Amino acid sequence: MLSIKNLHASIGDKEILKGINLEVKAGEIHAIMGPNGSGKSTLSAVIAGNENYEVTEGIVSLDGEDLADLAPEERAHKGVFLSFQYPVEIPGVSVTNFMRTAINETRKANKLEEMPANEMLKFIREKSELLEIDRKFLSRSLNEGFSGGEKKRNEIFQMAMLEPKLAILDETDSGLDIDALKIVANGVNKLKSDKNAIILITHYQRLLDYIVPDYVHVLYNGKIVKSGGKELAYELEEKGYDWIKQEQEA
Amino acid sequence: MELKEKLVSSFMAFEEQVDVHSELHDVRTLALKNFENKGFPTKKEESWKYTSLNAILKNDFTVFPKNENSIEFKDVKKYFIHEIDTYKLVFIDGVFSSNLSSTTHDGLDVCLMSSALNKPKYKMVIDTYFNQIASKDESLTSLNTAFANEGAYINIPKSKVVNKPIEIMYFSTGNEAALLVQPRNLVIVGENSHVQIIERHQSLNHNPVLTNSVTEIFAQKRAIIDYYKIQNDNLEANLIDNTYVSQKQESHVSVQTFSFGGNLTRNNLNFYHFGERLASTLNGITIIGEKQHVDHYTLVQHATPNCESFQDYKGIFSDSSIGVFNGKVYVEKEAQKTNAFQKSNNILLGDKSTINAKPQLEIFADDVKCSHGCTVGQLDETAMFYMQSRGIPKKEAKALLMYAFSNAVIESIKIPELKQRITKIIAVKLGVKMGFDL
Repeated sequence: MLSIKNLHASIGDKEILKGINLEVKAGEIHAIMGPNGSGKSTLSAVIAGNENYEVTEGIVSLDGEDLADLAPEERAHKGVFLSFQYPVEIPGVSVTNFMRTAINETRKANKLEEMPANEMLKFIREKSELLEIDRKFLSRSLNEGFSGGEKKRNEIFQMAMLEPKLAILDETDSGLDIDALKIVANGVNKLKSDKNAIILITHYQRLLDYIVPDYVHVLYNGKIVKSGGKELAYELEEKGYDWIKQEQEA
Repeated sequence: MELKEKLVSSFMAFEEQVDVHSELHDVRTLALKNFENKGFPTKKEESWKYTSLNAILKNDFTVFPKNENSIEFKDVKKYFIHEIDTYKLVFIDGVFSSNLSSTTHDGLDVCLMSSALNKPKYKMVIDTYFNQIASKDESLTSLNTAFANEGAYINIPKSKVVNKPIEIMYFSTGNEAALLVQPRNLVIVGENSHVQIIERHQSLNHNPVLTNSVTEIFAQKRAIIDYYKIQNDNLEANLIDNTYVSQKQESHVSVQTFSFGGNLTRNNLNFYHFGERLASTLNGITIIGEKQHVDHYTLVQHATPNCESFQDYKGIFSDSSIGVFNGKVYVEKEAQKTNAFQKSNNILLGDKSTINAKPQLEIFADDVKCSHGCTVGQLDETAMFYMQSRGIPKKEAKALLMYAFSNAVIESIKIPELKQRITKIIAVKLGVKMGFDL
């Protein structure tokens, strides 16, 4: 589904991604781990189409289509979803209004009719139950005054509403306690299917106990330096990122 | 003939037309003299540095309203908050319209200034309050005082919660080629009383209008006044609004100004404190484009201890529009334990959009909490990307962000139907679809 070949990306003069190769098929869960500064967030931003980053070489394609000239909203319309590490607060726009706008803009772009209000309500109710989200939550301003856990849960709720083909979860576990983590992981597990794919960007192994990956990749200094199955995550946990650094420096 | 000369020379004829008692004649004459000496303000004056009246003054304004032109309610219904029952004081080209108005003398007075200035039963109130808080120095206020004759007269006795809002509406029909109107409003709210007032100026055609209005508001002890100014007029309308508020102990007065229309709008908003533990709130949302110009000039004079003031002005400027925010907070030596907060947040959307923001704090007391913040920026890029990543196109994301930016001030509107109306006006202005809620 997602094919990344020799991806180089920079911000300003600084090159952050130095030749990423990654293949993700439908139904798969890939975890990308790495120390701070390795380029994890840059990778997710570049796939989502953040215009602050320049792709200097390489190709990112979704289902064979090159994403290069597509604006972030166009990538979203094609089924890319990015769950932010630091979700943005938008006071004055309720969660419901926001979702309704997002869903209908996506439908419009895909030449579908707008979802009628009563159907939307039903849809919202369904998905909020799935993620154990209180209805009161939905009329609050988007992310305003939300705790870390609530923000992350709201990201997964958006994922549930938008039903993306490819979901990139950027450090979804950061700042969460065990209970919040369980709810978020639960939600993600309910959403995964053999038609979609998930990329988990994480610093710690802990999340991977709850969302079990098919493949684990280690990102270091802008490149994927190691790939393996889920045992790789345990190895990393045990040996720490220094192990990777030493291997690379050798 | 220049407008200033025209006005000065018409004064005698004006006084002959209106029935006055001698005290008012003296007040008027003095005021005219002050205006004559000072003339219309120019950019050479510090307080008018960013706003020029020159272009507007070139119009050949008719200075005296003709007879009442009739308008049918159905033609102007949309300008009222027609979803609810309200008292209405409606003026057409400066002349009171009885068939569009809904006045009362039952337990409170909601009626015309011309009656109040002429009928003996109001004399004591007029002597006590009329022209007592308005500036005697400022030239445009003096101009208004010299010709003060018609406007809203609202007198709420003690301990009265007014059960319906009062709408003050000034229409101009433009049967004159260019019209100058000078409404004079007086609002007195007794101890423990509570009233909500909505004021709006609306031109019904496209001839130039200049409105130079003065509103004096007196809040007695523990009075609560919510005053809303809707400024969504045509692009040929110009408004100079001079509002003076006098507050006694423990009163709460809020004035919220929504500036979306007009060619040039200048809001002079002044609060004076005469008691402890009172609160003043000044909020504004300005959303303009093309060549519009909106100038907010505020003053809060903290003179007594334990009082609070809050100012929150939001502005969004596109095309070649110009915004000015000049917010002065003056804390006198005796005003200990003052809390004064002032915020002016602005978004510039175009290369030629301008905001001139000048907060001024003069603090002479030493135990106070005062803050002021002024921001000028573009839209938050991270927030834009967040929305785009959810499939919301750039244009709609921009509009949503701007709507959200204005929202804080909208939240403080206490009349639900008015809040909806303002929300709708803003949503239309920004091209946002709102209004879907669980």
